[in-house]
Amino acid sequence: MARLLRILRCYWSTSLQAELEYRSNFVVQAIGSSLALAGSIFALSLFYRGAGFPGWTFEEGLVVQGLYSAFAGAIACLLSPNLSRIVQHVEAGTLDFVLLKPIDAQLTLSLRVLSPWGVPDLLFGIGVIAYGAWHAPAREGSVMLAIVAAGFGAIIIYGMWFLVATTSVWFTKIYNATEVLRGLLDAGRFPMAAYPAAYRFVFTFVVPVAFLTTVPAELLLGRGQPAMLLGAAGLALLLLVASRAFWRFALKSYTGASG
Amino acid sequence: MNAALRRMSGLLSAYYAYMTAYRAELILWALANSLPFILMGAWYQAAENGGYGFSGVEVARYFLAVFVVRQLTVVWVIWEFDQDVQRGRLSQYLLQPVDPAWRYIAAHLSERVARLPFSALIIALFFLLFPPARFVPHASDLLLALVFASLAFALRFAMQYTLALFALWTERASSLEGLMFILYLVLSGAIAPLEVFPDALRAAVLWTPFPYFIWVPARLLSGGVDVDLVQAALVCLGWITLFVVLNRVVWRRGLKRHSAMGA
Repeated sequence: MARLLRILRCYWSTSLQAELEYRSNFVVQAIGSSLALAGSIFALSLFYRGAGFPGWTFEEGLVVQGLYSAFAGAIACLLSPNLSRIVQHVEAGTLDFVLLKPIDAQLTLSLRVLSPWGVPDLLFGIGVIAYGAWHAPAREGSVMLAIVAAGFGAIIIYGMWFLVATTSVWFTKIYNATEVLRGLLDAGRFPMAAYPAAYRFVFTFVVPVAFLTTVPAELLLGRGQPAMLLGAAGLALLLLVASRAFWRFALKSYTGASG
Repeated sequence: MNAALRRMSGLLSAYYAYMTAYRAELILWALANSLPFILMGAWYQAAENGGYGFSGVEVARYFLAVFVVRQLTVVWVIWEFDQDVQRGRLSQYLLQPVDPAWRYIAAHLSERVARLPFSALIIALFFLLFPPARFVPHASDLLLALVFASLAFALRFAMQYTLALFALWTERASSLEGLMFILYLVLSGAIAPLEVFPDALRAAVLWTPFPYFIWVPARLLSGGVDVDLVQAALVCLGWITLFVVLNRVVWRRGLKRHSAMGA
């Protein structure tokens, strides 16, 4: 375990140093994040020019937006820089080098790079969550439960993303498949109450976006049932095991770049 | 003139062949554009809850039209140009007796044709899943929508290609597009039809290029009557002229400054 942590620290400090060559990019990213956030709050306000989402006040909707923004930041920091490299590894044949290292390959592929560019989104997102939760109608919410739920949400999205990225072992060029997934995550901008029943079904059971933003928000605002947490935990575990099993299965048919 | 036409048709057929080689990628790109369908769900529900003065089915048609217009007006020249500058391909293009702009235009136009069957498939699937939204636009609406979608493509291409030229100075212009894309999403009608904007804001936005990318053609396609066509055409053409002129000025300056990678 200590060895793993040491390796992780090496990985992350080198990747941060490499990225910080483009310091001025940080200003562009920060402007982009604040613009994006302003844009999505504007979109939310348009819904509240009418009846709004049934059962959700504007401030409660803000909490969901904040969670979406924070997740987008976390994805930009950890998920997309790492998992987009799997595709490059397969294409260029450098996956062999990863497999030969005396450290678990899935771990290396999933955590090799830490990118600083998602930090503005993450910080702004947390700010919006705090503001929204503070101004929402007072109920018995639980910060602890919300954090646990968000953790399960993070595992769920990692599992889905890794499953899709693993298919590149067969199809090689899969950049666009992760784009399809990323596009579907946009549904997490609004609470599930915003959607018709058919959409809610899809976003709960097919592409479980509901567990990313709506479930943690409901627990934070004290309007969810703890049973949802159980569902999230089960799904997270399932996806984690599935991603592991699928990766091993994929490796069996991996034959290197010349195969 | 004849020689120019022959060149262009050569470029078009070459790029069409090239695009069809990436069929699987094209269908994934079409699927990746799920945002109109997500927002369709949210706005459908909002319209059914009342307070907006339009029905859920009208919303569904509008966002389907948004999907179609986006399929017709996708532009990615800035990423292509970035790569061409960084990898030195631009230097080769410059040696040939065709302005590189025509290459990018040919690639974009032929991709549209290659993508068409997949878009049609998605539309058919949508009508199958949600029969109430089925509709056939009037021939005149369809024609007008196509004209304005073409203008939208021209404007978006001129705007993005002008930004792309800054790669001649910085080698990484695509981060500018990241900022522009946010404005594009919010103000173009992609996240909400402009009818729900506050009146003063909508009036102001109509002077910017953004609503002409999506809202105007999508409204026309879904049978909207509340578009001032003369104003729309004039503002849109004005912006296109401005960006084309700007583009040529920046192109001349940039070329003087451009030195290939490794030089």
